[in-house]
Amino acid sequence: MLEIKDLHASVEGKEILKGLNLKVNAGEIHAVMGPNGAGKSTLANIVAGKEDYEVTKGEILLEGEDIEELAPEERAHKGVFMSFQYPVEIPGVTVTNFMKTAINETRKAQGLEEMPAKDMLKKIREKSELLEIDRKFLSRSLNEGFSGGEKKRNEIFQMAMMEPKLAILDETDSGLDIDALRIVANGVNRLKSEDNAIVVITHYQRLLDHIVPDYVHVLYDGKIVKSGTKELALELEEKGYDWIKEEINA
Amino acid sequence: MGLKDKLVSSFLAFENTVNVDAPIHDIRSQAIKVFEEKGFPTKKEEAWKYTSLNAVLKHDYSIFPKEENALEFKDIKKYFLYDLDTYKIVFIDGKYSSHLSETTHDKIDVCLMSSALSHDKYKPVIDNYFNKIARQDGLTSLNTAFSKEGAYIYIPKNKLADKPIQIVHLSTGKESAQMLQPRNLIVVEENSHVQIIERHQSLTDNPVLTNSVTEIFVDKRGIVDYYKIQNDNEHASLIDNTFIEQQAQSVASVHTFAFGGNLTRNNLNFYQKGEGIDSILNGVTIIEGKQHVDHNTLVHHTEPNCESHQDYKGIFDEKATGVFNGKIIVDKIAQKTNAFQSNNNILLSDKATINSKPQLEIFADDVKCSHGCTIGQLDENALFYMRARGIGEKEAKALLMYAFANNVLESVKIPQLKTRINKLIANKLGVDIGFDL
Repeated sequence: MLEIKDLHASVEGKEILKGLNLKVNAGEIHAVMGPNGAGKSTLANIVAGKEDYEVTKGEILLEGEDIEELAPEERAHKGVFMSFQYPVEIPGVTVTNFMKTAINETRKAQGLEEMPAKDMLKKIREKSELLEIDRKFLSRSLNEGFSGGEKKRNEIFQMAMMEPKLAILDETDSGLDIDALRIVANGVNRLKSEDNAIVVITHYQRLLDHIVPDYVHVLYDGKIVKSGTKELALELEEKGYDWIKEEINA
Repeated sequence: MGLKDKLVSSFLAFENTVNVDAPIHDIRSQAIKVFEEKGFPTKKEEAWKYTSLNAVLKHDYSIFPKEENALEFKDIKKYFLYDLDTYKIVFIDGKYSSHLSETTHDKIDVCLMSSALSHDKYKPVIDNYFNKIARQDGLTSLNTAFSKEGAYIYIPKNKLADKPIQIVHLSTGKESAQMLQPRNLIVVEENSHVQIIERHQSLTDNPVLTNSVTEIFVDKRGIVDYYKIQNDNEHASLIDNTFIEQQAQSVASVHTFAFGGNLTRNNLNFYQKGEGIDSILNGVTIIEGKQHVDHNTLVHHTEPNCESHQDYKGIFDEKATGVFNGKIIVDKIAQKTNAFQSNNNILLSDKATINSKPQLEIFADDVKCSHGCTIGQLDENALFYMRARGIGEKEAKALLMYAFANNVLESVKIPQLKTRINKLIANKLGVDIGFDL
């Protein structure tokens, strides 16, 4: 699904990613963990296509196709989705209409007809129920005045609507209380299938109690320095990141 | 000969076309003297600091259309709100087109200024209202001097105009350059209600200069909703002088949608003459190229317990320039006034300009007055967010701009008009997405 090879990237001349390799197959959940400043959010943003970052070396392949030159919307049309760490407030655009526009623009790009209004409403109803989102919420301006938890829940609602092949969840657990965490994790688990892949980027292990990863990677100083199974996450939770740093620097 | 001299000397010829014995002609004769003395405003005047008429005034405009020109409705349908039953007062090159119009004298008068000025039946209204609130500056006086044609709307007590009224001014460009001076009078008596949509449209690339004056009187508890659609081509300039006098508990709103034209100046003046009045001034400006739009507003609060709400949004691309000058005067007696003003702008290019200037003169001590002005750019993070959800860059920008203007659009009370304006915006922004936010 996603293969990143020897990725080097910098922002404003400062190198953040320094030869990152990652391979995620369809049907898998990967967790990328790491201390602050390791490059976790950079990784998410680069895959989604944010233009502030400059890729100086390496490849990002989606189903074998290099997507590095594609605009963010073109990547979305190919099935890439990023749940934002800090979802942006967009006053004047309701959640419902944002989703309608996003889905229909994506369908247009894929050569499909617009989704009939009836189907759209049905889908919105189903997916909002999945995320336990109140109907009134959908007619509010996107993210405007939403609590941290509401914003994150709304991100996963959008993921449910867009049905991406590759979802990258950037710090989706931050700002969530335990109930919201459960709802969000439940939503993600329900969306999981053999045909899609999920990359969970997180600082803490607690989200991984609910979204159980097949693989865990440690990102440190712009590289994946250690990979393992879900037990690695528990070890990190227990021992922190210092032992990894010592291992690297030894 | 400059335009001013040409206009002054044309006045004699104009007198041959009107009844010089009518009392109104004294007003005209007086007005041409004021114009002769004051002339056109220059940038030396504070109110015209950011808007120069020099380039607009240098054309050799014809003052009177030479002949009557006809148009077929199917060719100009798109300039009308055609999916809605309305009265229509239509002018082609300044002359009334009965063919395209739909007027009435049934309970309400929706007709022509020329007939109102010449028939005795209308004399009491003309005597009471004509030129009573129009300011005595050069431009307004010029219009008064040549006042002859325009829309005349009279809604007597306790009447609801049964459908909206469209006032449409078309110029064919058969004259090489043309100056138009429509004069409108709208009188809405106690408890009455009317909705009006006004549009000026040039159909060719020849220069057109319109110097329009509209006086609107809203009596006690009357309601007037006025919508101005300014989406003309880049050779047409408009100076719109609108004066509104409101009596107690009346509500008057003016929406100005400035989407195109060479130079557009809106002088919009509200005078509150009773208690419990609400005045609403909303505007959306979206321009590009070298277009220039100047909103100059005045709200004069002269009685206690009144409100005014101003909300102007501007989006400027390429080398477009905008001006917002909003003046609020609260007299000493006008306690408990709530006066709000906001002017928000987005500059899409390094070469676009907006000059925004609130002017508050508050002499009462128990009032709520606020004004806010912002000038910014489109939020890059918001754009990335939308693009990451599959919305193309152009569409994402359009959606952000549309959202920016949305609260003004929301206040449009005629659904078909709202739809039309949404389409005009989508066209302007070059996108094909349905905005029904």
